[in-house]
Amino acid sequence: MNRRTVLPEGSLDATDRAILNALQDGFPLSPRPFDEAAEPLGLAGAELIARLARLREVGATTRFGPFFDAAAMGGAFCLCAMAVPEADFEAVVTKVNAHDEVAHNYARDHALNMWFVLATDTPEGIDRTAAEIERETGLEVLMFPKLEEFFIGFRVQA
Amino acid sequence: MNEVADRVPETLDPVDRRIVTATQAGLPLVPAPYAEIGRWLGLTEAEVIARMEAMQARGVIRRIAVAPNHYALGMTANGMSVWDVDDARASALGQRVGALPYVTHCYLRPRARPMWPYNLFAMLHGSTREEVEAKRQDVAALLGDACAASDILYSTRILKKTGLRLRDGD
Repeated sequence: MNRRTVLPEGSLDATDRAILNALQDGFPLSPRPFDEAAEPLGLAGAELIARLARLREVGATTRFGPFFDAAAMGGAFCLCAMAVPEADFEAVVTKVNAHDEVAHNYARDHALNMWFVLATDTPEGIDRTAAEIERETGLEVLMFPKLEEFFIGFRVQA
Repeated sequence: MNEVADRVPETLDPVDRRIVTATQAGLPLVPAPYAEIGRWLGLTEAEVIARMEAMQARGVIRRIAVAPNHYALGMTANGMSVWDVDDARASALGQRVGALPYVTHCYLRPRARPMWPYNLFAMLHGSTREEVEAKRQDVAALLGDACAASDILYSTRILKKTGLRLRDGD
């Protein structure tokens, strides 16, 4: 199912919503984690498994499992932005996206109209890639590395 | 941006790395998922749990959880709100903004004056553009006189979006 589709009204019942709300915060690392997580929801482990399978099937979830911190594993990331003249926009998109290090790239409604994330093996890879993009496009790449993260988790009120 | 890794994690030992590779698409939906992962990798359930606990303690695993598809759940509007917040108060205020239930990806970043005076970035989510704008007003109220200027950038087009994946051991 396409991630960019809104579920029809009535796709989720109260139990589905309770599962989504509860399991956004965490899931046990124990031998029978589904039984453990199901209990406060008034469910059996097998029913929680069946519902999680269905929630994935209908596209209500994008992922269930461990979330990794790439930086803690040795990678480097940096948010970057450029002010691209409208006339050159498509050509610059092609040049920027040709770099494997560009993980995602969004057009935004601002003078800085192109925002992309660089992901590299090493911190030096960030500077090198940004410099290559500047050379290829003749445009300045502004770099916005994260200085501090306020990571509380995204609690959708499902 | 979230979280699943790209690139070679040289700081992981080979066994941790195999656990990361085996679980980055998700946990198996079976009653004893860690025993199942152990079967795939030739490890005991206790080893898998102990190694994942250690990775969680080191911050390699941030959490084990479900990620709702906020778009599917009706949160179809989002904007990157940006704020010029007094440096002395930015860290404490960022903490409070990041804790708001409709905020994701809340970071302090360097300014790039004169073009870019903003140091606090917070992605705001809502079911409509109007709802996002209302939430922006709430954040502005929270920041109060610590904030000198703000803006919000809506994405007009996705130009590239790769599924970030850790390469299998090479």
